[in-house]
Amino acid sequence: MTTTVQSNPPAIEVHDLVVRYGGGRRAMKTPPAVDGVCFDIAPGETLGLVGESGSGKSTIGKALLGLQPPTEGTIWLHGKDVTTASLKERRTLASELRVVFQDPYSSLNPARRIGQTLAESLRLIGIKGDAARARAITTLESVGLPSDSIDRFPSQFSGGQRQRIAIARALVRDPNVLVLDEPVSALDLSTQAQVLNLLADLRDEHKLAYLFIAHDLGVVRFLAHRVVVLYRGQVMESGPVEDVTSRPRHPYSVALTAAAPVPRPAEQIDRRAHREALSVGSASTAPPDPKGCPFASRCPLADGQCHAERPMLRLIGGQRVACHHAEQVGVTWPPPPN
Amino acid sequence: MSSIRQAKHQRIPAFLRSWGGVFGAGWLIFMFLASITARWWRPYDVAEQDLIARLQGPSSEYWLGTDAVGRDLFSRVFTAGALPLQASAVMVLVAFGIGLPLILIAAERGGRVEEAIGRFAETIMSLPSTVILLAAIGAIGNRIYPVMMIFGLLVSAALYRILIGVAKSSRQHLYIDAARVDGMGSIRVNLAHVLPSMARPIAVQAAIVYAIGLLIINGLAFLGFGPGEPQPSWGFMIKDASDNIFNSPWMMVPPGVALSLTVMAANALADALAGPLGIPEYTPPKRRRTISASPAQQSEGTDNLALSVRDLSVVVEGGPTLVSGISFDLRQGEVMGLVGESGCGKTMTARSLLGLLPAGVEVSSGSIIWQGRQIAGLPERDAIKIRGREIAMISQEPMVALDPLFSVKSQLTRPLRRFRGVGRREARRIALELLRQVGIVDAERVLRCYPHQLSGGMAQRVAIALALTGSPKLLIADEPTTALDVTVQAEILSLLRALVAETGMSVLLVSHDLGVVADICDRIAVMYSGQVVEAGTVAEVLEDPYHPYTMALLGANPHVADDAPEPERLAAISGSVPPPGNWPEGCRFADRCQFAASECSVAFEPEPAHVDGMSLCIRTGELRRTGAQWAPEHRGAELAVESEAP
Repeated sequence: MTTTVQSNPPAIEVHDLVVRYGGGRRAMKTPPAVDGVCFDIAPGETLGLVGESGSGKSTIGKALLGLQPPTEGTIWLHGKDVTTASLKERRTLASELRVVFQDPYSSLNPARRIGQTLAESLRLIGIKGDAARARAITTLESVGLPSDSIDRFPSQFSGGQRQRIAIARALVRDPNVLVLDEPVSALDLSTQAQVLNLLADLRDEHKLAYLFIAHDLGVVRFLAHRVVVLYRGQVMESGPVEDVTSRPRHPYSVALTAAAPVPRPAEQIDRRAHREALSVGSASTAPPDPKGCPFASRCPLADGQCHAERPMLRLIGGQRVACHHAEQVGVTWPPPPN
Repeated sequence: MSSIRQAKHQRIPAFLRSWGGVFGAGWLIFMFLASITARWWRPYDVAEQDLIARLQGPSSEYWLGTDAVGRDLFSRVFTAGALPLQASAVMVLVAFGIGLPLILIAAERGGRVEEAIGRFAETIMSLPSTVILLAAIGAIGNRIYPVMMIFGLLVSAALYRILIGVAKSSRQHLYIDAARVDGMGSIRVNLAHVLPSMARPIAVQAAIVYAIGLLIINGLAFLGFGPGEPQPSWGFMIKDASDNIFNSPWMMVPPGVALSLTVMAANALADALAGPLGIPEYTPPKRRRTISASPAQQSEGTDNLALSVRDLSVVVEGGPTLVSGISFDLRQGEVMGLVGESGCGKTMTARSLLGLLPAGVEVSSGSIIWQGRQIAGLPERDAIKIRGREIAMISQEPMVALDPLFSVKSQLTRPLRRFRGVGRREARRIALELLRQVGIVDAERVLRCYPHQLSGGMAQRVAIALALTGSPKLLIADEPTTALDVTVQAEILSLLRALVAETGMSVLLVSHDLGVVADICDRIAVMYSGQVVEAGTVAEVLEDPYHPYTMALLGANPHVADDAPEPERLAAISGSVPPPGNWPEGCRFADRCQFAASECSVAFEPEPAHVDGMSLCIRTGELRRTGAQWAPEHRGAELAVESEAP
């Protein structure tokens, strides 16, 4: 949470979010999917949520959308507490908070025309008939699709076009917050660039706030202003995207940025040497010790303290870092590649 | 193209496009209409007896003959249809009326609710239905409708068992979540999205259950629990006929045929509704065409050339071309990247090297010279000797490469014993060695594991170890890291690099990620629409691309250098990759190219580029001279409506 004084409440504010899957005693023994996550997003801002599979990033998106009830914590949407709002109560909120999913093939009902899919969403807020159709056409055009798309079926569109339709479906109710759950990772590179540009254009035009969930730091760096790095449900590091990606302070962020390959062979040779010098361990399937740092078993800097005591987020430079040894990172570690 | 597609959206439902569907639906409708209107057109009343004309065969007076008391069989058979056809329909309605809500609730709520409903269904299914029906008749008498309603209740439990899985998987669709996020209520989500997606299995089950209902009703009538005499029923008419089987065998025919045809019609309808099976017909691989290319002609630059592909084309039999005229060389110990977007033919190219093309796809021309031998279109018997031993493959999904039923040990030792002819103990020792070679520290433990116990990265390591069992000289890696997390991807890339250095094998890496190619490859071939459009060393091609498509792919990549500022907008390529069969004349990329000119629409030869590479662009020289760069999109460009229809 940033503590900057703002006249307007943030578009989204999440405080100490904990999500456990399942109930009963057994669920209490396994570590939660999301464990004490805090962040906020200002109107018009994009927050990137990065992490590898199992980091809980999609679960956070689901909790925000009301698809997965949070176990603990609070979620505010424009200053209103929506933590326990049921999906039906959210109908009024839903105009403000919408979603684009990863898989453009599964996120559109194949049996319904594009117009029906968009109109269905509008009918729920009382817009019907010609008004709904007109609005659907305007929205489709605003994402770069021809107006006759409205009478077609999803199977008549390519992956990139379907993702545009999914974006239109999210935009048709004129929201101001979008949860983007890996919206481009199923797309080809050239289409991915089109959709990223579209998202950036729409954000700038409509002052949209995005929660942008992704596993690719390069993509996050393009679209996001700030970034939260998650590992096993916990925030490892958060801050402005430039700081976190070019001067990471958490050993996990260091490993994550070093692992992403770049398409410039000369630069990649250096990056590879750098990455191999990190000696970050392989991920194990065993759950981490709940008492200590979740990354300790893979971390080359880990010591007794890391296994015994879970590090709290501390403000270092421009970013918040949950690491006992954050001061060392970027100074005495990582070692220069040889 | 879109108009063609629209035309294919025919008005006739799919199930009526088969003979079974037409017969099933037609007969049921005919029988239903005929039987409920019978009282107005039948020649005789059902109770009208003609004691002179008893046990007669068909005649002009009695079209289907008469029974033991001289009643007209024609009138009786058609009149008898009404009750079973209606009562069975009521039974189906009751079964689905009870079953479907339970199914939808269980699928939505899951957990304890689902468990409770499941137990309830199991309890009902364990009851002996025949006994219950007879007991019900004993209690309430020969009242067919209430009895069939009770039967419907029993059937609903079976329906629950059959359809709960369908309902649960249809709830997995993201559009269900999207509708819920819209604020759609639970009932609406079920009615608008879940039920329609289950329509087909529901229709199939309804038709099957309907047929069962018909048999049950007539079975009960046969036992005497039908409508009381003189009201006719097929079951009792069959009973009557069997009593008179020696006096008048014909009597059996009218009710028997009516009942059989009606039950068959319901089943045929079920079959037609189920549609063609999802499994494509297996066509045994034909003797491959002998490819007209002499294997001896590859003399140019034989410096440890491992693989030489010349003018390779891959086609769908009787369909479009997937890969057309591609050529590349791979030296021993070299790693080559085959890059491009999906639908550009990279995987088909890689699979043709192994002779593992899908059914109906074949190499139509060109040559694949492997270690001096022509292996394009090799018969299966010979291909099998190369596959695994000389050329091995790893794929995107390591879990698919590993059989979930067998331990890592048995999956590794079996090919080891086959490829290397070693004994059980020796195979185990080599398996351990291979696992250590792929960077698995606790090899002993992993050897005892089953695939589901491995993480994605570990499974890919095991899949690589599996590929190494035959000590291949060429490893084809089809998107080997795409499904993996980025830190795991880095580990696997380092591992592949180490293996190449250690074993001296060559690798053909298929990837869409230019970063991965920059990390591990020596050479690169960029594919677009079934052609190689640019080739050369990785350093040359990626640092200084000649072909506009390569330029665009690099510009679309958001991974900028560490100290460089992030561009405001990425370079994008308008439109999408044209599907095979729809490739334009001349340059296939021209429609999407920023530099397209009139000369691009005619066929042309590749230009030499880089040190020993090529670029398939007629404007290569001109673009080099002018120093053309693929321009990123300007702000707001994506908000403009696409000019071309999808």
